[in-house]
Amino acid sequence: MNWRGNALRFCNVAGLPVLEPFVRLAAGEDPKEQMAGIAKFILLPIVTVGIFLGLWSLAAKTIVTGSAKLPGPAATWNAGVELFEMHQTQKAADAEMRQEKLNQAVVAMAKARLMDEAAAKSSGEEAEKYLASATTFRQEAVRAANYVPSSAPTFVDQILTSLKTVFFGFAIATLIAVPLGVLCGMSPWFNAAMNPFIQVFKPVSPLAWLPLAGLVIIWAYSGSTAGETFFEKAFLISAVTVSLCSLWPTLVNTTLGVASVDKDYMNVAKVLKLSWSQQLFKIILPASLPLMFAGLRISLGVGWMVLIAADMLAQNPGLGKFVWDEFQNGSSQTYARIAFSVIIIGVIGLVLDRIMICLRNMVSFGNPSPA
Amino acid sequence: MTQAGVALTVLALSGCAPDSVTLEDLEAAAAKVDLGDLDAEQLLQESSTKLDLEKTDLKFGFIKLTDCAPLVIAKEKGYFADEGLNVEIEAQSNWKVLLDRVIDGQLDGAHMLAGQPIGATIGFGTKADIITAYSLDYNGNGITVSNEIWAKMQENDPKLAVDQPEHPITADSLKPIVEEYKQAGKDFQMGMVFPVSTHNYEIRYWLASSGIHPGMYTAQDITGVQDADVLLSVTPPPQMPATLEAGTILGYCVGEPWNQQAVVKEIGVPVTTNYDIWKNNPEKVFGVTQQWDQQHPNTHVAVVKALMRAGKWLDAVDEDGVFLNRQEACEILSRKDYVGADADVIDNSMTGTFVFQKTDVRPMPDFNVFFKHNATFPHYSDCVWFLTQMRRWGQITESKSAEWYDEMAKKIYRPDIYRQAADLLISEGKLDPKEIPAPGYDGYRPASTDFIDGKSYDGKDPLGYLAGFEIGHKE
Repeated sequence: MNWRGNALRFCNVAGLPVLEPFVRLAAGEDPKEQMAGIAKFILLPIVTVGIFLGLWSLAAKTIVTGSAKLPGPAATWNAGVELFEMHQTQKAADAEMRQEKLNQAVVAMAKARLMDEAAAKSSGEEAEKYLASATTFRQEAVRAANYVPSSAPTFVDQILTSLKTVFFGFAIATLIAVPLGVLCGMSPWFNAAMNPFIQVFKPVSPLAWLPLAGLVIIWAYSGSTAGETFFEKAFLISAVTVSLCSLWPTLVNTTLGVASVDKDYMNVAKVLKLSWSQQLFKIILPASLPLMFAGLRISLGVGWMVLIAADMLAQNPGLGKFVWDEFQNGSSQTYARIAFSVIIIGVIGLVLDRIMICLRNMVSFGNPSPA
Repeated sequence: MTQAGVALTVLALSGCAPDSVTLEDLEAAAAKVDLGDLDAEQLLQESSTKLDLEKTDLKFGFIKLTDCAPLVIAKEKGYFADEGLNVEIEAQSNWKVLLDRVIDGQLDGAHMLAGQPIGATIGFGTKADIITAYSLDYNGNGITVSNEIWAKMQENDPKLAVDQPEHPITADSLKPIVEEYKQAGKDFQMGMVFPVSTHNYEIRYWLASSGIHPGMYTAQDITGVQDADVLLSVTPPPQMPATLEAGTILGYCVGEPWNQQAVVKEIGVPVTTNYDIWKNNPEKVFGVTQQWDQQHPNTHVAVVKALMRAGKWLDAVDEDGVFLNRQEACEILSRKDYVGADADVIDNSMTGTFVFQKTDVRPMPDFNVFFKHNATFPHYSDCVWFLTQMRRWGQITESKSAEWYDEMAKKIYRPDIYRQAADLLISEGKLDPKEIPAPGYDGYRPASTDFIDGKSYDGKDPLGYLAGFEIGHKE
């Protein structure tokens, strides 16, 4: 029954205890017990979600102000379907446009060749005129061939932008927080030196950072024009804001993890006369990984939450901007679309959290604790 | 050229992804194209009339208001594409963000309040050299008060308590209400969209013409509430109706569709429009930084060309004077990435009627002017009017000479660029020379008394104009 053990381990590590009763059922364990598990993990949530949808529908009928009404589940669902349809149509239109531009490029190139031929047949000023004209057509052709669609980003584009931003910001935060946390954990002196900064900056709201982050980025980019830099300013401002806020949970947890490495391990290290780097990589880091990942998980959650707010405030591309723009539209569809975005934001947050749990379980020793 | 030729080459090219098309691919495909009966002379002609563009991928910012229409139409109707421009237009959350992003280069240019290039140049708020060569539209704003305030205004002036009260409605019947609030020690709050917005100057003009003090700006206090009877605060346009509904403000001055929104949602009553406050007043402009203009002179001209065609399209009428394209414009504007409000809200004012109340629907063909009456020309006198109002309310902290007003106007407003674009359009046969001011025009509109208080404004005498006001700085 080896597959059973593997499957159960997979359920555990992937953070999907929901599947466990099914595995046990398939393996022929006591059906009664497993049905209880299924009822608890699957049927009960379905019932509560059903009740919630019912209450939501009722609320949607009653919450009506002069200027708007709360969308019900059906309206929200339809808005979502419509958003994805819009995305499809937009992408199709963009592809068509690109093809059209390609045609134009070919035609312009043909014109350029004709001019070249004409230049070859003539001489002097005449030829120069033709050559200049050929260059113009050639430029036109290259431009048309390099056409980038200029349509507004769709809902799906905004989701992708948000995900890119949050991971980029999270990566920056991790690269800063983990080394700092290790140092803080290993040296009480260093920890004491860093402590005032950690204590003061940790509780600061992300949005307070935003103008300052913006200032620094704009200073760093001053003198360069848009388009020639690798990152968009707006993207960096959002990412840096995410970093500044998601830094702290990782830092604090890493410090704690490193500081609380079992004394026995350290004594073993002394007996074996391990060098400092060996101690760090063989003992300290592996032993503090579970706590570090617990910190990273909180960080990513905070980062995702912060990002939506930062997008809203700074008008950086992403889901937050989508919500804000919709709110500004004030059309009859507005609130349904916002409700749909809220659900999508929640689902993405959930998925990100699960990914982190999965990573944490992979690096933990002994029994992973269920989420 | 022959259709078959193109179809074949496209088939050959569509095999590769667009970003992997190399110059060789293009050359090879072009070699197979039969241009038919095109001769070299025609092509030489074609390429010599093209502007040498410095930049073709552009990003413009706009705020979700109907008067961003010329930008949207220039994009959607392909006028930008005709000039060889690939333009993305992106909604911004508020005027400050929009201005900052133009200054730091994230946006190439933007739909701006007429006061923004002026305010930025004189250094009220963020200081930066911003110029404009194209005025997007005239009129288009309204002043709306909450239902409750409207009811009190009707009590104060029974003439207003009919289905169709006589227009223009002044702030006279509002004055007792404001005084009542003052007696009770309560603030009378009203909303406008930005300290250097047309709306701020219009609502101030309207209030002050009835003796209500809208507050002064001073060097130390830039909130503009010194000695104020009515406290004006900045509220982003789309949030106006919601803020009114919440009771935070009792009235506001804003562009469309947010006055009509108040009528549709039955939360407020538009009492007047800026057409009544000052007939044919400049509202929004297309602004770029001076540096951007210096680096991209031809691109700037190309943009202005496209905008002029869009303005012309928006104002096109049939022989009965009925707008030909406004309905279509409303449909385009109602898309979620542009203005986004429902089309039937937008088309109220765009199609030449304005709903003051359910019982009071008036034809206002000039509520939005995008092209006629030389609305798109950057008149120096329009710039000077804003400067006089900035001085009147203390945003310009010391008195200036008449020459200074003229100098500033010539620095910020750039009819030379407008004329370049217009001349090109005329030579292409897309514009009639009669549709723009005559070549000898000096940029100052003739003196006019089309103001709600009947005062005469002559742009050549800003100091005389300032001296005529009861409220505000007189010099």
